[in-house]
Amino acid sequence: MQASGKLYQWIINIVMLVFTFFCIMPFWLLFSASLTDDMELVRSGYAFFPDKISFSAYHYLWNSSSDIIRAYSITVLTTIIGTTLGLTLTAMVAYPLSRLEMPFRNTLAFYVFFTMLFNGGLVPTYLLYTNYFDLKNTMLALIIPGLLMNGFFIILMRTFFASSIPTAIIESAYIDGAREWKIFYRIVLPLSTPVLATVGLFYTILYWNDWFNGLIYLTDSHYYSLQNLLNRILLDVQFLQSSTQAGSRNADIGANIPLAPMRMAMAAIGVIPLLIAYPFFQKYFVKGLTIGAVKG
Amino acid sequence: MKQVSLKTKKKAAFASEMRKVKKYRALVLMALPGLLYLLINNYLPMFGIVIAFKDINFAKGIMGSDWIGFKNFEYLFKTTDAYIITRNTLLYNITFILLNTGIALALAIMLNEIRKRFLSRLYQTLILLPFLISMVIVGYLVLGFLDVENGFMNKTLLPTMGIDPISWYSETKYWPWILTLVSVWKGVGNLCIIYLAAIIGIDNEYYEAATIDGANRWQQITKITLPLVSPVITIMTLLAIGRIFYSDFGLFFQVPLNTGALMPVTNTIDTYVYRALINLGDIGMSSAAGLYQAFVGFILVILSNAVVRKYNKDNALF
Repeated sequence: MQASGKLYQWIINIVMLVFTFFCIMPFWLLFSASLTDDMELVRSGYAFFPDKISFSAYHYLWNSSSDIIRAYSITVLTTIIGTTLGLTLTAMVAYPLSRLEMPFRNTLAFYVFFTMLFNGGLVPTYLLYTNYFDLKNTMLALIIPGLLMNGFFIILMRTFFASSIPTAIIESAYIDGAREWKIFYRIVLPLSTPVLATVGLFYTILYWNDWFNGLIYLTDSHYYSLQNLLNRILLDVQFLQSSTQAGSRNADIGANIPLAPMRMAMAAIGVIPLLIAYPFFQKYFVKGLTIGAVKG
Repeated sequence: MKQVSLKTKKKAAFASEMRKVKKYRALVLMALPGLLYLLINNYLPMFGIVIAFKDINFAKGIMGSDWIGFKNFEYLFKTTDAYIITRNTLLYNITFILLNTGIALALAIMLNEIRKRFLSRLYQTLILLPFLISMVIVGYLVLGFLDVENGFMNKTLLPTMGIDPISWYSETKYWPWILTLVSVWKGVGNLCIIYLAAIIGIDNEYYEAATIDGANRWQQITKITLPLVSPVITIMTLLAIGRIFYSDFGLFFQVPLNTGALMPVTNTIDTYVYRALINLGDIGMSSAAGLYQAFVGFILVILSNAVVRKYNKDNALF
């Protein structure tokens, strides 16, 4: 029994090791490709263990980086604004819906839930935001359409408020003279940090990774987020060449740009912040996915 | 008589709710901005479905444009595109649902069996990584393998196996496999954690009792674990079936790098709607396709939920 138990553990661990290896292998290829010497890359292609390591791609990125820095700051800015605003709005809807006293509680809960079942689709949404709200080619287009709030987050938070904040606390605060807003931000929110952290992280990932809004609402590359810039470079190599040449303002340098490694280096600087931050918030993230599994 | 009393009851209930609005106006005020956002972002576009029945002329405005009945739909369904995008969307999604659920469950069960907590944590962290990155980045990762000139497949793997390089981005036959692989790679971690949470939640007493009765590992998994996580499996699958007419736009647009030659196997309803709207500016066709998608998707959620309700009320979504 003991021996078979050990064998059993070994088999499971080997299967998991193989699977996790396949999960991280593409990242490894990306990083090693971005560090490959340009000539070496032409000869042997993207490789897991390049013979000749070179930082020239990153060097070029650093020197011709005005586009990248702007895209980076737009990403950071939209992520901060979107997350803060979205989290605030979501909590402000979820909390009243968690209170039994809320007027039209069930009707409003259905109003929220129904958005998860049916939607008008891309065309009406696009026309609404471009023709009636004039968001085309503005930074608001990266923040407002679609991402700011969704039914799933509201239901997730409402479930937390309803199950983890005892009504007695709210009642006693009420008797002590606190009013609704004060109860909300002095008592309910401080008691809800786990769910706020979780949903906040979901928002951060959502905004950091979003490229769809940029793809449909931006025609002018001025407001490109990092993902939009990466997207453009991925789909259009010429764009990389022209933008780096303009950035370095020197045709001689432009001719020798290590384009293929540079493409990979661009992608690498897009994921590195996420990979660095992930271990710190992994705990909350897993918790969030787990709460999400509970029926609202 | 009975109906009248029901009506008065409803009226009374409404009046009492209205009185509550006054008393709890702070709560209402708090919820208002968010509810307003849902109105604009989610409900107003729903009225926009009339666009599918109109011949849009921006000079006349959306509401002022002429009604043309089902003409947009007729055009759409006369094209071969309609068949291709429906087939692709459905077949891919069915494959993804079956594969992702099966693999995620298997991984979750295995993760739960691992005795060393440190290793289990490590695996969880790593299999969730692909879930965190954007499809744009995934596009780069796939390019790293499949790039025709520099890719790992053509430069290293295929030559060592003695196979000629393949021009991946122009041959349709490989893409159903590639896209399925990418979907599993990206999505399984998330689903696995959800199932793992459900499995961890199972009361240990069931397993203790089963061990005393002489049940082996396999019997414990099939007779205890699977039945007890089936509610979560049902809900996740219901949600997926409700989205069966939708596809991950990024997966079908970014990963094949928007390549025209691959469209027979990569075009789905979502990418079609996008291309018809942005590239062709064909509002009629794209809104007809969008409405077809939203409507059939809605019917599918209602139907599948009704079916689940019939067998087990607790497992239903609503």
